[in-house]
Formats: sequence, C-alpha cells, structure tokens
Amino acid sequence: MIDFQPTDEQQLVIDTVRNFAANEIRPKARECDESKKLPEKVIEQAHELGLVANALPESAGGGGERSAVTGVLVAEELAVGDLGIALAILSPALCAFPIAEFGTGEQKEGLSRFVGTRFVPGSLAWVEPRFDSDPFRPKTTARRDGGDYVLDGAKCFVPWIDGADPVLVVAAENGTPQAFLVPRNAAGLTAEPERNMGVLALPTAELKLNGVRVPAAAKLGGDNGADLRRVLNQGRVALAAMAVGVARAAFEVARDYAKERQVFGAPVATKQAIAFKLADMAIEIDAARLLAWEAAWKLDRGEDATREALLAKRQSQRIALDVADGAVQVFGGHGYIRDYLPEMHLRNARGFASFEALALV
Amino acid sequence: MPISFDLNPGSVSGQKEMHEIAVTHMRPWSRKYDVHEHEMPWEFVNPMWARATGKGVKLDGSPGDGMVTVCVQTEELCWGDAGLYLRSPSPLLGGSAVAAAGTPEQREKFLSPFRTGKPKWGAMAITESQAGSDAANIQTTAVLDEKTNEWVLNGTKIFCTAGDAALTHEGGFVVIWATLDKSAGRGGIKSFVVTAGTPGIKVVGCEKKLGIRASDTATLVLENCRVPYNHLLGKAEVKKADDSKGDKGFKGAMATFDASRPIVAAMAVGVGRAALDFVKEELTRQGVKIRYDSPPTQQTAIERDVIDMEAELQAARLLTWRAAKMIDRGQRNNLEASMAKAKAGLAVTKITQKAVELLGPPGYSQKLLVEKWMRDAKINDIYEGTQQINQLIVARRILDYSSSVLR
Repeated sequence: MIDFQPTDEQQLVIDTVRNFAANEIRPKARECDESKKLPEKVIEQAHELGLVANALPESAGGGGERSAVTGVLVAEELAVGDLGIALAILSPALCAFPIAEFGTGEQKEGLSRFVGTRFVPGSLAWVEPRFDSDPFRPKTTARRDGGDYVLDGAKCFVPWIDGADPVLVVAAENGTPQAFLVPRNAAGLTAEPERNMGVLALPTAELKLNGVRVPAAAKLGGDNGADLRRVLNQGRVALAAMAVGVARAAFEVARDYAKERQVFGAPVATKQAIAFKLADMAIEIDAARLLAWEAAWKLDRGEDATREALLAKRQSQRIALDVADGAVQVFGGHGYIRDYLPEMHLRNARGFASFEALALV
Repeated sequence: MPISFDLNPGSVSGQKEMHEIAVTHMRPWSRKYDVHEHEMPWEFVNPMWARATGKGVKLDGSPGDGMVTVCVQTEELCWGDAGLYLRSPSPLLGGSAVAAAGTPEQREKFLSPFRTGKPKWGAMAITESQAGSDAANIQTTAVLDEKTNEWVLNGTKIFCTAGDAALTHEGGFVVIWATLDKSAGRGGIKSFVVTAGTPGIKVVGCEKKLGIRASDTATLVLENCRVPYNHLLGKAEVKKADDSKGDKGFKGAMATFDASRPIVAAMAVGVGRAALDFVKEELTRQGVKIRYDSPPTQQTAIERDVIDMEAELQAARLLTWRAAKMIDRGQRNNLEASMAKAKAGLAVTKITQKAVELLGPPGYSQKLLVEKWMRDAKINDIYEGTQQINQLIVARRILDYSSSVLR
C-alpha cells in the first residue's frame, strides 16, 4: 500500500547516518575540499557503520539486505555531509554491487574484501570524456580476441582511491555495454589524476585504455554478461538521492544563515524575498526526494526503472543546482567566499548533470 | 508500512471508475460548457448524482487510504474536465468544512441530504472584495440574537465556487466565514452553515472567468440572514488574538485547507496530465518518440520538454499523495499540504502553457481542448491559497516563524 514512511529499521539507519554526516563528515568538508584529500579516519569510521557491507550477500559475509530504497536514504544523508566524502564512503559498492548481482562464482569470491575490518574502496569507469558521452552507448570498446578481451577507449570521473583494484570498466561489446574487471597496473591502462570544479575531496582519474588485454573471465557475469542498464539506473537513482542531499545541505545552511543575518533591524529570513526562496527550495527538495524514492522502489521490485531513474536524476540535478545557487544568493557576498559552504555546494551540485554511476544503490 | 508507491486496490478501482466517467460524461461536454458559461451541465450532473446516491456504480474505497483515493479520483475527474468537476453534485468544499470542524450531528444534518433526492451542491464562502488571501480581514459579521438564539449574518462574499448551485437547489448549503468580533482579528472569525432557501441570502451574480467556465463562481449578499445557533461550526468563544496562541478558532477553520489543498493539488495534476497525455499521444501520431535512454546532446528540444513536464507532474503528484497519506495516518499535514498545492499549482500552469506551445498553431486553436486546459490550469495556482500564500505557510513552518514575525 502506498506509503511515504521509512520502516523503523530504515529510520534508525537514517538517524545514524544523519548524525554521522553532521558530526564527522560536515566538519571535514571544507578542509578536504581545500586539501583535495579524503579524511581517512572518517572513511574508516564510516566503514564500521557497514553501509555497503550490509547490502552485500550473506555468502560473502555481508548483511544480505540490499535495498535501493534504503540505499537512497543512506546516500542522501551522507551527501548532506559532503558529496566527495560520501562518494568515497560508498565507493566499495561501485565494484561490489555489480559483482554481487551479476558476477560469476569466481568473481563473487572477491566480494569478501569489502566486508573486512579495513575499508577497501571500489571503482567503476563509465563516463567518457567527450561532450556527447552516452552511458547507454559507450564508445570504449571490448573486442574478443581468443581467450581475451581487448579494451580501447577513454573514461573520466573514475573514482581513483588508493586500493581500488581492480577497476570495473564499462565498454561496448558488439554495441552492448558490458563491464570488465581491469587491474590498475594492466598494460595499456594509464590514469591521469583529474582536477574538476567540485567534489575535490574525492580523487578521480581520467583513464586511457590502449589495447588493454584482460582474460575472458574478467567480463562481469562471464559469458552471460550483465544487465548494465540496470546498473546505470541504480547509479542514476543513487546520484538523484545525493543531489537531493547536496540541495538539502545548501538549503540548511542558507536557512540557518538567513535566521542569523540581520538586515534593517531583523533577520533577513523575515523578508519574503528570502523566505519565499527558502520555501521554494524546501518544496523542490521534498519533491525530488519522492521521485528518487519512487525510482528506487521500482528498482527493488526488479522492474525496468529507466524512465523513473531518468526523471529522478534530471529533476534532482536541476533542483540541486537551483538550490545551491539560491543558497549562494541568500548568503550574498559571503556566499562567494570559501569561508562558507554555499560556493562549494554550488560547485558540487553542478556536477550531477555530467556524472553517471559514481555511486550505486 | 515501508515506503511504497503501490496504490491500494481501492484507489485503483476508484481511479478506473472515475476515468470511465471522465471519458464518458465529461470530455464530450468539455467545450460545450466552456462556451456556455454557467449553464448547468446536466449531461454530467445526472449520472454523477445517480452514482453518488447509489443508483449508479458504487465506490469500493478500502479503508485506511481514504484521502489518497480521493486525490487519485479527483485527478482522474479533472483529467476529464476541471470545470465540470467543480459542478459535481456534492458538498465540495462546504463538505470539507463541515467534515473538518462540525460535530457528528452537524455532519449528519448537512451531509446526509447528499445521499438522496435531487442533485444538490455544497460551497464555502470565504473571500470578500477586501479579503482573499488576507482571510483574517473578513468584514462579514455574525451577531447572536439572544432572543431567538439565531446568528444574524451580514456582508458580501465573492468568488464562491458552486455558490449559485448550492443556494438554488434544495438541500444545498454554503459555509459562510464571518466575524463575531472584528477587534479580535482572526480570533473572531467563525464559520456558519447557510442552507438553500434561507431568507436573507441571495446570489447577485456569477463571474466571467479565464477558465473553469463550467463552474459557477458566485457573488453572495447576506442581509440579516438568520441561521439557527447550531449552524455554527466549532465553538462560539472568541479568543483575542495575540497571533500566536489566541486564534484556535481561526486555525480550526484554516485546518479545512489542510484537507482541501491536497485535493486542489490533485485537481491541478489532473489538468496537467490531460495536457501532457494529449501532447504525448499527438507526438506518437506524428512519429516522434520520447527516448528516455538517450544523452542530452541527442535529445530534441521536444523530448527534453516532455521529460521535464513528466518529472514536474510526477513531482507534484507525489507531494500531493504524501500530503493526502498524512491525513489518512492522522498526521498534521499543514506544511506538506501547502507544499503540494504550491508545487502543483505552478507546475501545471507551466506544463499546460508548454503543451500549447509544443502543439504549434493547432495548440492555440479551440478545435482542440489544450488551450482550454491551459486556461483551466491557472486557477489552481490561485484558489485555495495562492502560490504566494502557500509559500508563506511553507516559509513560516521551515523557519519556525509565527505569522507576526513573517508577515
């Protein structure tokens, strides 16, 4: 029956992650953006919460509770803390979720490394560095050659945290996207660290694949392959939720600032020009969240969620940008200054239109 | 219950039933009653009344999901025709007011006639020429005549949806908002039920409107209009307003909106969907396919527009259902109801305008209904609290400001 309330268990997860984001992630957000480094201790602490491990199969030592709906609840809360750090925390799923869902028995053996006591990052290379990057139709190719596949092409926005090895690379095999487990040190693979506008805490790389040769067994799902459309949709839903999270972070700081900032003898929030802007932000955030939830719910039912995932991602990336821009505006001149968070939210929010599959639910 | 977007069987069957009504009894008469403004659309009214009184099909709304089902059905009927929907022989907003603020006896007294006899209507009259959004500024007065124990009402009400139908058909009623004590501000405002045939109330005219022309929008004049004491909804006690506490009566009256705003939002979504469905069908006829799996660089402007329209419409619908579901759960939904109403009103205003644009010259022609839907849609951004009033309500809630701090 239609309902919009998380279960008690999910609410517990939300509360836990919300507190973690507020107390551990948010305080590091600015520092990590400036230093372009991940807060290792925070990442390890987050790992102890088991956010990814809980969703992995019990056979691999996980909690066996994979749910896209729970996934969006977690993704939003983490992103409220900081987008780059959130993406790092969830990065093991980039590799682990597709393997858990589509991997061969042998590939699944590799899952146990994600449920150990130490954080092990993951990496998924999907987006391509060209203006018409089409996630459903990658230009990177995989060609069968005897007992091997040969990969050629280029990738960008590839999470590139030390220890993420192998990286799952998406390439078209006879026009159909498939994924391949590629070791970081594979011959013909070069990784150039990226410098992007935002999400600076997360190390990312642009990859060049020049005749990279992997054994046929490196193809996700073996000869059967994998339903990469579904993985892409999981990515869109995750990013939709994270865009909602970034929007919420921007909204919350703008709201709090507007209540503090005195103009003409009263808080600026008492002026309708500001109050209505904040109201619109709140409305759009709630609406976008519901779209993300609906798409996640559809994924959990095992249905094709291509349309819902697209709608959710487009809507949330648009409102995230609007809200972050509005937050900068509410702060006025201070919004442009790096002592405050809104300029970072704006840079981060702008990314969603270009991102695909940087997180999965 | 976990997060779910599965409508329950009662909602689904209600949806199907209303869709059938929309197709059979509404769409065929849409243009006629857009042109013949204010005429009673009996082709629609009679089958609706037959249904409502049990002579026609019965509703199978399963318990526990009442308001969601109402919203789902409302969307369907307004997909049919929003103007005709507002002429549904039913208690309409007057019914919401009685249901929200009335005693069980009052509910029985005023609502039970809607189960038998000839078609009848209910209405609610709040707006005055100087008091629309500023409802606390109501000038219509109510004075208790202690000798007869009657309320004596005086004033003029405008923009009363279905006011004419309510007062000219036996068994109908209008809920009139009036003040017992102007000095008490909003604390003095109460609502009173005036039934059809009561001396001292008359309809002096109906507005000519941009859209929803099938709906009568009446101006009512009350001159020493006497109603029995028990036609007061809520308590007679006047609390002097210090704006934050002493206005429970007013707040009670305003609570009607928490229930009615999701319905108006659903109405909006219905009109928006009518336009969007038509655009998509027309594009299909023209061989234009919406590709949900192509990158932005390859999508046409039309594809992008349609996808955005779909996202906006679904966003509005989900906010609406959430606000409705909270009512079914017995939760206070003041914030969420205003969010839904604000979003839906504006979203469908834009969606229907875009629909006219996307269809090119034919979109502007009265050969199609799309131009009518654009005119019909706009009212949803105005009545039942304008966009701005709902923004104000949302803003006060998210900022935790009272109405005296954020004015």
